[in-house]
Amino acid sequence: MGAAAASAEATTVAAIVEIADDCLILGHRLSEWCGHAPILEEELALANMGLDLLGQARALYAHAGEIEGKGRSEDDFAFLRREREYRNCLLVERENRDFAHTMLRQLYFAAFMQPFWRTVAATSSDETLRGIAAKAEKEMAYHLRHAGEWVIRMGDGTEESARRMADAVIELHRYTGELFMASPARADAVAAKLLPDPGSLRAEWDETIATVFAAAKLTAPEIRVMQKGGRDGIHGEDMGHLLAELQFMQRAYPGQTW
Amino acid sequence: MSAPAPTSGKPSGTVADFELARALEVASAVPDPEVPCVTVADLGILRSVSRDETGRIVVRLTPTYSGCPAVIAIEMAVETALLSAGIDSTIERVISPPWTTDWITDEGREKLRAYGIAPPVGSSGGRRAFFAEDTVACPRCGSTDTAKVSEFGSTACKAHYRCNACAEPFDYFKCI
Repeated sequence: MGAAAASAEATTVAAIVEIADDCLILGHRLSEWCGHAPILEEELALANMGLDLLGQARALYAHAGEIEGKGRSEDDFAFLRREREYRNCLLVERENRDFAHTMLRQLYFAAFMQPFWRTVAATSSDETLRGIAAKAEKEMAYHLRHAGEWVIRMGDGTEESARRMADAVIELHRYTGELFMASPARADAVAAKLLPDPGSLRAEWDETIATVFAAAKLTAPEIRVMQKGGRDGIHGEDMGHLLAELQFMQRAYPGQTW
Repeated sequence: MSAPAPTSGKPSGTVADFELARALEVASAVPDPEVPCVTVADLGILRSVSRDETGRIVVRLTPTYSGCPAVIAIEMAVETALLSAGIDSTIERVISPPWTTDWITDEGREKLRAYGIAPPVGSSGGRRAFFAEDTVACPRCGSTDTAKVSEFGSTACKAHYRCNACAEPFDYFKCI
């Protein structure tokens, strides 16, 4: 196998790991709600949606490990990399703050991922990715519905819920631009017809957000410069704290199994 | 052990493959660990039981949800049931085509209802309208005057409903 082929594999792995990292980190954020959700029903909902994301991440890491062929397991990807090696977008690592922030973050992400997976399922040249995508699309469809309903309910709710939603929009909107930026690895994967160009999903995302915001009486702020860096491994301060907890068991007891 | 050994990886076309038929029967009868009133075959998560090129029994199972915590338990239950029947098998996890509630058999739906779980309504599809709700009939009294209490119930695959007619709470097997 030539150097070109080896490097094509490496970029494929990198492109898949980016998506897996998004799912893992957001799934972990949702798990942090365990025992803290405002009502029991949301306690169940957040944990279950966190599980969906974790399941998607596991399937993607396992697939990346197989393509790489160096024996890295899903656990190696999830627990044994350093912060700079995580390539999740900044949006998913943002702190939970309050329920409004969490639901808005969920809406922004699901409004992107649902059409993303639908497109992967229909067009990817990789059969395993198509299989993962067909399942994930259905899951993201109800994540989107769930988050959309909450954003509408809170945005068009009480004075306090509306204020909290508006604060969340101001805080998080600047992180949405990164969803549509293609890293070099992603650009290669797009060229290889493995994954869709994230920019091509922009119109549908804009439309979904506009529909929800209109019903929620929210206004999207104009952001001149979107925050980015996650795809290069440059994370915010929150990420280190998140990883300290996520990786604790494997760091403290290397190689431990259940 | 006088049954003819399959040679070409396919069950013999002329002589019945009793072990394979038995394996299918045993695997099909394994109950779901979370919803024990239905079997893995009723749910449509048992995709196939066949022989590989070496003649070994291969059971293909598919998860319901990506993160379904019961996946490993189900795989182990099927493997154990087959072992108890004296059949060595390999369990394979397949994700394509993806499972949807459309895979649940009519018999499975009836068993769910009899057990007190409302079966999924309609067929799966991308329902995106916000605040749209399915009309779910109460599995006890049959009334459609029901209300969703929570999108998630006792497991990821179920929502929690309440019947306004008989006042009983019940689980609804969500449609995905």
